Amino acid sequence: MAHIDTQDNASRNNKRIAIWLVLIVALMVGMAYAAVPIYQIFCQVTGYGGTTQRAEDNAIAVIDREMTVRFAAQVASDLPVRIVPAATQVDKVGKKVTVTYEATNLTDQPVKTVASFNVTPASMGAYFNKIECFCFTEQTLAPNETVQMPVLYYLDPELDLNDELDTIREVTLFYAFHAS
Amino acid sequence: MANATAAQNSHDAHDHPTGWKRYVYSTNHKDIGTMYLIFAIVAGIIGGALSGFMRWELAEPGIQIFPGLASIVYGAEWQSAAALDAGKHMYNVFTTAHGLIMVFFVVMPALIGGYSNWFVPLMIGAPDMAFPRMNNISFWLLPPAFILLLMSMFFEGPPGGMGTGGGWTVYPPLSTSGQPGPAMDFAILSLHVAGVSSILGAINFITTIFNMRAPGMTLHKMPLFPWAILVTAFLLLLSLPVLAGAITMLLTDRNFGTTFFNPAGGGDPILFQHLFWFFGHPEVYIMILPGFGIISHIVSTFSRKPIFGYLAMVYAMVAIGFVGFIVWAHHMYTTGISLDTQRYFVFATMVIAVPTGVKIFSWIATMWGGSIEFRTPMLWAIGFIFLFTVGGVTGVVLANAGADRSLHDTYYVVAHFHYVLSLGAVFAIFAAWYYWYPKMFGYMYNETLGKLHFWVMFIGVNLIFFPQHFLGLNGMPRRYIDYPDAFALWNMVSSVGYLIMALGLLFFFASIIESVMKKRKAGDNPWGEGATTLEWTLPSPPPFHQFETLPKVK
Repeated sequence: MAHIDTQDNASRNNKRIAIWLVLIVALMVGMAYAAVPIYQIFCQVTGYGGTTQRAEDNAIAVIDREMTVRFAAQVASDLPVRIVPAATQVDKVGKKVTVTYEATNLTDQPVKTVASFNVTPASMGAYFNKIECFCFTEQTLAPNETVQMPVLYYLDPELDLNDELDTIREVTLFYAFHAS
Repeated sequence: MANATAAQNSHDAHDHPTGWKRYVYSTNHKDIGTMYLIFAIVAGIIGGALSGFMRWELAEPGIQIFPGLASIVYGAEWQSAAALDAGKHMYNVFTTAHGLIMVFFVVMPALIGGYSNWFVPLMIGAPDMAFPRMNNISFWLLPPAFILLLMSMFFEGPPGGMGTGGGWTVYPPLSTSGQPGPAMDFAILSLHVAGVSSILGAINFITTIFNMRAPGMTLHKMPLFPWAILVTAFLLLLSLPVLAGAITMLLTDRNFGTTFFNPAGGGDPILFQHLFWFFGHPEVYIMILPGFGIISHIVSTFSRKPIFGYLAMVYAMVAIGFVGFIVWAHHMYTTGISLDTQRYFVFATMVIAVPTGVKIFSWIATMWGGSIEFRTPMLWAIGFIFLFTVGGVTGVVLANAGADRSLHDTYYVVAHFHYVLSLGAVFAIFAAWYYWYPKMFGYMYNETLGKLHFWVMFIGVNLIFFPQHFLGLNGMPRRYIDYPDAFALWNMVSSVGYLIMALGLLFFFASIIESVMKKRKAGDNPWGEGATTLEWTLPSPPPFHQFETLPKVK
């Protein structure tokens, strides 16, 4: 009888271990999906991959360092819109600047668009603060309408303290326009 | 008493089925192991043939072979522009299929399904695996997965092309909007099924090793091969579900309008690379750790010494397994990650060289002062140590983000991972084959044929892959059907090497046929006093059910 008891114990132990292992598998599948929002939050918080920051206002003063900001845009092939990016700006770091992108609906139908964005070099993402941006919301363009879309931004003066950015004199803000 | 009857009945159910039922219904770890090995050999012939066509095409500059092949296989008009395009795509399909087959249907089934099923229970003194029926399911999921992958080569991938040609890494957007046809869906489904098979296998191995060791065999007395499989099984358990999640996202992005990897809907294609390599990097250790275990036993057996630094060997494998999970972005240095992130991944990646070095030096220290016998398994084991070290050194070079800027996606990378896998893992598979062949099948192989197999293949694979270092350093990118004339010489050498390797494989098959015809009986332990693990205390081949009274380990 003792022999049979140990066999029963062994198979009960087997099942217990197997259940734990199945839970680990389920947890890891969950982690893979959790990676989607975690990755997004991570990018927003750290400016990873050139993700720009949202800010209310400039807390620190303007500093004596100039930075060229270029503006670029690309339009998805299935979106019938023409975009004219804003002109290049050369300003002191910390100064609030407003620029406008111009968008023209090329059809006689209303068009909805959203823009995704980042800055290059990617290490500038954490220091590029947008106070207002058309990219925060979905834009609707009336048939054949041309609109001016403002971006209000400033560069965080703290970038001066980052050694990695010592050689950076230029930053490019880029928008990709998608149909929505 | 009721219990006793139930036990008696369950014992009857484990009776010895015969004919085709013995294999299709098998719950016996040795029969299932044998089926895994046969499956791996069949898949290996197919995967190896695919790379043969690639080397044939690359032997000379220009595009010679694949347009004709596309005409024959897919019926594109002979020597037309359509045949040329179909041929170019077919080359990419071949590299993709070669990679996926070798990883999922050759190396993993051979090392984890084949040798582990055979020898983990024997080495820990267990009568069978913990879940014998699940073991059967694990195996029988593999052939359907393999068939799905082969089928994908005959369905439309990109418009006008057959099969999926996005590489084994299946990066979006090429794997989503780039190849809208059903071929990619077949490949994804194949990976799902193969993944389920591996996860079930991993659960089985962990449970067996934790729960079914012979009395007295503590974890710190357990042989190194079961230890290697324990670490491997945990890597599988933690990494494969992430791949399953990532390719499920691919599948829904492709078919159900989700935008996990599509920026237009707020997704990010780079996220796929993070998920893929979170699986992909542990995966390369999944393929090599069982080999580490095997090599330890062979080196110890043929040096007639216990393995040097047993505990260090165990914890080196655990450390490699752990660090393997936190280095994935070294595959992604060129995706625009920040300098600080790159610094971390360079450092973490180089740290892996430390436990790996512990293993290499311990193998050498085991041989040091031993009475070494250069039998065939030992030749393969020493070949493994040498080739794996070469691949490890180029790995340290590639770990540098700065060097990787110019070497990323060149033949240098191809040479690196083939030295650790095609030469490392495959040499471990052959070492284990000759080491355990007498135990598994009861017959001795022919020593001359085994040694010929080793030497011809050793020369062949080195001729294939060593020149690819030069090609990569000179900037030849991988995954292209054609190349500038400047690369002609070393590509020709590489292709000649393939022919020599193929010749070496003939000796492999010859040695199997010879041993089956001659039927030289192998004793319980053909290797003498150096072979100390439990499998050598059993007859060769072992009885259908072993260890009915459990062995006691002192």
